[in-house]
Amino acid sequence: MNSVHDMGGMHGLGPVEIEPDEPWFHHEWERRAFALTLATGYLGEWNLDMSRHARERMPGAEYLAATYYEKWLWGLERLLVERGLVPSAELEARLQDADASVRRTGHPRLLTAENVAPLLKKGGTARVSQTTPARFAPGDEIVARNINPTGHTRLPRYARGRAGVVDRDHGVFVFADSHAMGEGPQPQHLYSVRFAARELWGPEAGERDAVYVDLWEAHLDPA
Amino acid sequence: MSGAHDHHGHHHDHEEGSRFSATELRVKALESLLVDKGLVDPQALDALIDTYETKVGPRNGARVVAKAWTDPAFREWLLRDATAAIASLGYTGRQGEDMIVLENTPKVHNLVVCTLCSCYPWPVLGLPPVWYKSAPYRSRAVIDPRGVMKELGLAVGEDVEVRVWDSTAEVRYLVLPERPAGTEGWSEDELAELVTRDAMIGVARVERPGKAGTAK
Repeated sequence: MNSVHDMGGMHGLGPVEIEPDEPWFHHEWERRAFALTLATGYLGEWNLDMSRHARERMPGAEYLAATYYEKWLWGLERLLVERGLVPSAELEARLQDADASVRRTGHPRLLTAENVAPLLKKGGTARVSQTTPARFAPGDEIVARNINPTGHTRLPRYARGRAGVVDRDHGVFVFADSHAMGEGPQPQHLYSVRFAARELWGPEAGERDAVYVDLWEAHLDPA
Repeated sequence: MSGAHDHHGHHHDHEEGSRFSATELRVKALESLLVDKGLVDPQALDALIDTYETKVGPRNGARVVAKAWTDPAFREWLLRDATAAIASLGYTGRQGEDMIVLENTPKVHNLVVCTLCSCYPWPVLGLPPVWYKSAPYRSRAVIDPRGVMKELGLAVGEDVEVRVWDSTAEVRYLVLPERPAGTEGWSEDELAELVTRDAMIGVARVERPGKAGTAK
């Protein structure tokens, strides 16, 4: 979707400011929002791509004004409501009254403390161990498709319609665009594509410079 | 549902007359609700927080870099199969399942960004800093990498090729900075002390102490 989350190439959003000795979290609620997001993710009710898409559905003006973990909280609430795990009326009732009672439903995939370390250590690769013929090879000239889906896509606007060269074939991966929309993993080759900076940004860009974007086969056409 | 979020974006950290901000209250309500419903275990939340506050961070990446600087076989392995080479040091898992290491040289400077969200190699760098996740960095790193680096104190010569890596999929990137001159004979531990998070993202160089005029 063409929302403000896709901000590569925009101007006017301010200077980059590095905070010296930045803490991992700035508020206790950020710790809890972070952990709630990870813990509920392990319930398996949604995947990581759906989680990213939930955050980018935040209305643009709110998205730009929100801090990072406010976006996470917004996305989490959205997913919990949409999956029926937390009806919004229950959350509103709890906000009004700390004792508002709810039925304990439990969950077969509840993340327990002893599973935290092994699950984090194991991760969950999006790489798919299947052999699918690759349509492109390193060195191939491509054009990124000009698509404007209203759903999730990992093809940033600044690369659409631009010519590039396949730098490397990462192998076969779950396709984030379909996975986020509940349309299945649609495994396909993922490539690192090199776009010359001048192809993306015009003659003012550095002559030698380039941007590398990870794009799936469905994002690319032969040049 | 958006009506439930009207306070987002224009609340204050501590509103008049309340110990907690609206966001704080919302997180507390959500956590207590999820715990009561049996959808989260509070001890699991504590374990998740503890992992990313005390166990995972850029010291891991610094070990990887220092080893690559002192062990040519490891460096070669790291550049060919970063996931396996990094796993051999014990750094694996969430948001680092498929790794690529980008080597800076006198001719090529690499810079990592995620323009669409905040993708970052957690097992080797920990959670990303605010600036990396911020709109200014996400918007400008791809269109004006030299300007961004210059503002952050890193001048990259015109004869150097700048490569910006936008983390748009599940591949995660770590920059292997150039080893600073004057560190010949230094041990892996001594070298690891020099390596910073920002150098492994690509917005800084690794400096030998004393050279930058800061610390000795």
